Order: sequence, then structure tokens, then C-alpha cells
Amino acid sequence: MASGPIPILKIGPTLLATIQLDLHDSVVDTFQNDVLEEIEKTDSSGLIIDISALETVDSYVARILADTGKMAKLMGTTTVIVGMRPAVAATLVRMGYFMPGILTALSLQEGLELQADRSRAPEGS
Amino acid sequence: MSVTETTDPAERWEIRIDKEADIIAVRQLVRELTKAHHFDQFATAALTTAASELGRNVWVHARSGIARVAVLRGPRLGLELEFADKGPGIEDLPRALAGGYSTARSLGLGLSGTRRLVDEFDIDTAPGKGTRIVIRKWKKDF
Repeated sequence: MASGPIPILKIGPTLLATIQLDLHDSVVDTFQNDVLEEIEKTDSSGLIIDISALETVDSYVARILADTGKMAKLMGTTTVIVGMRPAVAATLVRMGYFMPGILTALSLQEGLELQADRSRAPEGS
Repeated sequence: MSVTETTDPAERWEIRIDKEADIIAVRQLVRELTKAHHFDQFATAALTTAASELGRNVWVHARSGIARVAVLRGPRLGLELEFADKGPGIEDLPRALAGGYSTARSLGLGLSGTRRLVDEFDIDTAPGKGTRIVIRKWKKDF
């Protein structure tokens, strides 16, 4: 598994990345590369990024998260961001950023269920 | 802009920004202060995010600068954050404030977004003259 500061675990067909740190930009950059490599290595059809520990998501981190989702999508992997705190959601929207095209879920449990539903249903249904 | 609130020298902090980790130091100081003064979670996230956006602006555009943080006391309690640098300044301020204008690693929402997160936003900048931004957010009493 990736040796970066953000743990990436495989749960069935889904990769789970849990962000626990107050992120430096360089950590966020490394994370993006690590997670994409890990998707390839583990042949994962789903990616869940758990941000429930983050009290602050600024526009840079938000863009990296959204870009990671877009890159994963090009590889054929669906990304769900889970656990965004109310204040983080409010702050991003007030800044004018809506994380376009990114699936979200309230909790890790709901994220896993969403991934399971998607892998069962044909694309587009 | 008139501010009747005052600040005690003991409640002023200054952090030099000349490496990326300094942005995190500013953000952490702001977070500690908002929590110590019982700002709600929305105001805390707004202020720490604003600190992050403006701190990154200094680092990315000017490479070095100063962040000053102060507690304002009086009729209202507030936090004031100042970011000053001697970098290139902002060429097209109206455009930068309108958002969607990205020169570096951001969404182009740094200034326009930050402005929407705080109660007061003052900016003084000119090409070649650096940039000084002061923001204030007041604690809500309900």
C-alpha cells in the first residue's frame, strides 16, 4: 500500500483513503498521485475519500479532491467523498465552489453502500 | 471603515510567511483563537479557510510576507487578520475580486471567496507595490 502520510486501504472492490491531517499542499499533491497509482495496482472500481476529520477545506484542497475524482473517473473508478462537515460544506458553497461532478455521502457507511449499489447497477441507471 | 473595537498588544500575533508550513501555522493560530473565543463552527471554518486562502496567496505570489492576527474587543468581539507582502501586487483587482481569475494554484476563488466568508474585507494593492489585505469577522451573539 502507498506509504504516504494518508492511509489508503482496500475494502473489497473499493479503495478507502482517510484524510486525518491538517494538510500541507505537498501532502495533498502526493496524495493525488498515490491514490491514482493505488487504483491501478489494486484494480479498484470505487474510491472513497473520507474527509470527516478535516475542519478546513480551502479552495486548493477542494480542487485537488475534485480533480482526483475526475482523474479516477477517467481511469474507470467512481469516487465518493464522505463525511464533509457542515461548516466545511457551508464554507465551500459561500466561496462559490460546489465540487461539480463529485459524488458525496454523509458517512463512510453510506459511501460504501453507494459504491456497492453502483457496482451492481449498470452504468447510467 | 471605522472600527470602534480596540486590541490589546497581548492579543496580537505576527507570523512571518516564508515557507509553506507557515500557512498552516497561521491557520492553526486562527483556529485556536476562534475556539478560545467560542466562535461557532461555521465562523471558525470561515476564518480558518480565509486564513488559508490569504496565506497561500502570499506564499504563491510573493514568496514571503507577514500575517498579523488580532483579537478585537469593544461592543463586539472580533478577529482581525492582516496579510501583507511586497510581491508583484494585483494587476486587475476588479477581475480578481470577481472570481474565476486564477493565476496560480487555486480555483481563482481565493479573493472573491474569502471576501464572502468575512464581514469586512479591505485590500490595498498596486502592480509592483505588493498587497495588503485586512479582514475582520465578528462573533455572533445569538
